Amino acid sequence: MKVVGVIYVTRSILYPRHELLLFEALREGLEEEMERDPRVCVMGEDVGHYGGSYKVTKGLATKFGDLRVLDTPIAENSFTGMGIGAAMTGLRPVIEGMNMGFLLLAFNQISNNCGMLHYTSGGQFTIPIVIRGPGGVGRQLGAEHSQRLESYFQSVPGIQMVACSTPYNAKGLMKAALRSENPVILFEHVLLYNLKERIPDEDYICNLEEAEMVRPGEHVTILTYSRMRYHVMQAAKTLVNKGYDPEVIDIRSLKPFDLYTIGNSVKKTHRVLIVEECMRTGGIGASLTAAITENFHDYLDAPIICLSSQDVPTPYAGRLEEWTVVQPAQIVTAVEQLCQ
Amino acid sequence: KISTQPFSLNPTSPTSHDRPLVSPVPTSLFLGSTRKLRLSSSSKLNLHRRPGTVVAVSDVVKQKKSKSTHSLLITKEEGLELYEDMILGRAFEDMCAQMYYRGKMFGFVHLYNGQEAVSTGFIKLLKQQDSVVSTYRDHVHALSKRVPARAVMSELFGKTTGCCRGQGGSMHMFSREHNLLGGFAFIGEGIPVATGAAFTSKYKREVLKEADCDHVTLAFFGDGTCNNGQFFECLNMAALWKLPIVFVVENNLWAIGMSHLRATSDPQIYKKGPAFGMPGIHVDGMDVLKVREVAKEAIGRARRGEGPTLVECETYRFRGHSLADPDELRDPAEKAHYAARDPITALKKYLIENSLASEADLKAIDKKIDEVVEDAVEFADESPVPSQSQLLENVFADPKGFGIGPDGRYRCEDPKFTEGTAHV
Repeated sequence: MKVVGVIYVTRSILYPRHELLLFEALREGLEEEMERDPRVCVMGEDVGHYGGSYKVTKGLATKFGDLRVLDTPIAENSFTGMGIGAAMTGLRPVIEGMNMGFLLLAFNQISNNCGMLHYTSGGQFTIPIVIRGPGGVGRQLGAEHSQRLESYFQSVPGIQMVACSTPYNAKGLMKAALRSENPVILFEHVLLYNLKERIPDEDYICNLEEAEMVRPGEHVTILTYSRMRYHVMQAAKTLVNKGYDPEVIDIRSLKPFDLYTIGNSVKKTHRVLIVEECMRTGGIGASLTAAITENFHDYLDAPIICLSSQDVPTPYAGRLEEWTVVQPAQIVTAVEQLCQ
Repeated sequence: KISTQPFSLNPTSPTSHDRPLVSPVPTSLFLGSTRKLRLSSSSKLNLHRRPGTVVAVSDVVKQKKSKSTHSLLITKEEGLELYEDMILGRAFEDMCAQMYYRGKMFGFVHLYNGQEAVSTGFIKLLKQQDSVVSTYRDHVHALSKRVPARAVMSELFGKTTGCCRGQGGSMHMFSREHNLLGGFAFIGEGIPVATGAAFTSKYKREVLKEADCDHVTLAFFGDGTCNNGQFFECLNMAALWKLPIVFVVENNLWAIGMSHLRATSDPQIYKKGPAFGMPGIHVDGMDVLKVREVAKEAIGRARRGEGPTLVECETYRFRGHSLADPDELRDPAEKAHYAARDPITALKKYLIENSLASEADLKAIDKKIDEVVEDAVEFADESPVPSQSQLLENVFADPKGFGIGPDGRYRCEDPKFTEGTAHV
């Protein structure tokens, strides 16, 4: 362990790092891109003077001005459409949904215009927009503030969807999304904003289409994203103590799936467990199950198990809410079942 | 018959062609010539007074025209340009109808016959860098914005030489070169896009410091759209940030079979502008010169940074909502009333009566346009249909968005992937 400590210290000196929280990492990524490219701007409710309801844009309006960090009225469909029009005419806007659920009101614009206009214009107009915001099940926020929109948007052609889960990939994905010419939806999670991590000082981005290997292993492939990554890692500790060796992959790219990383893992372990926060019906897990079955059927020794949230509007009561989402104990049971 | 007639001729009012429900504000409140339509440059929006001014232009322009024979509203060149543009719109749409019934174009096709004055009146005042956003009734907006007739016709035939490579169709005309930002099938969804284009113009001037950027955006939409949330949300945002945009309502009284009066609590759309802090103007949309006068003022306001304007053009479509619409619901008397106000006939009369052009000049233009439209059809006929490799080419600007395949390579690296055999 002493050797590791020396290596870690050396690495810190050679590759300096700084510690911050996830929401600060998002802000740092956004700020750096805004400095780098004056066309990057932010639009959303309370992003300016209030600094963002989760502080992701704190201080940016003071630095860049009220037009670059635009406080919009409460009109999601229209200001998302406005962002799309701005993107078509040369800007690179970031649309913040105060809660991802609010973007249900912008479904018309996201589906019809964001996803389609590059195609229906015959490739003439690009829409380099980033749509981001916190979603997922929080702490007793009630059904409407606890939605997972990734399942609703995944069929829209022409958009990419990524989900961040650590300060490192939050900043990296934010920057990559801002530099991409495609419209990207960046899913953040309400409960992950205060995660702390040391991230590199130098400029870096995370590839939008790649998955992240969290823990290499041999016995089973566990695919997850966003907050469930932490439930999986918690379950992994228990599993390791029980003698299992799970491989944990944070898929990060919800659309398209990184079938290379996922496929290599399946070919190695032959057993797949998907742990997600989407609802059972029509979620990311459902699509992922189909994609893996189609592409890697021959490599599977057992049917894929997909653990999702219950098909229920997220209840307010704490215990009921706990039972709605996948808990580490269920993950352990599922792995044991898979590996029988 | 129901009590609310869509129109009635009121011979006693000075502007007999105005419908009673949208009759203009009494002339004593009217501001006079176009110069006075402008809110004085020193007046900021005073929120304690009624912020905008609701005016109607029909009276004034008619007055002005008859008053002096020396000051005409247009020069000969302008007159011929307007005439040619309207004839192009009309001839093109008539050809579309023919081609549709001959099985050359398909789906939903919405023709603009009768409304040419609005498109010509507004768009001919724009520069190339100004943007236009339209609806599904967009062929003529595209033509007025100078998208070549060949490109539009090919698009309608679904050929690769169409302005959108055949991928958009009748309801999705786009041209980056001419700043035509669509072509939208759902009503109202283009208005936020137009608001965004106007936002970019303001952003370029104020953030990117391109001091001479004064690009204006026009958003065209119909009476039905004025009951839609996006309309109101964008009126609010445009006025709030003083965006360089003009909201042009093409009120042709009918949303397919729904009469504007049956759908709207207060049918006077121009009154809704001041509620949001911008001027609301009602103009006779069958008269290209009146439309042009109002357009000059509204576009000028936007260019000077004074903010948006709502212009309601009273107009009419001579054909059904689309080529699939049997058009049985509209009163033949109403149709006849507006047919008598054909904007092309009106302009022709004006040009000849004021010796701006001769019959021969106009006939020459008619012939020229016939040839342009015939050429467009020929070009479209001879153009190739898209090949299968075009299927997925434009889904993403950056085709890496299709992701990484099981073999570790990006799917787009496979030259055949655009044919649509790649799973995601």
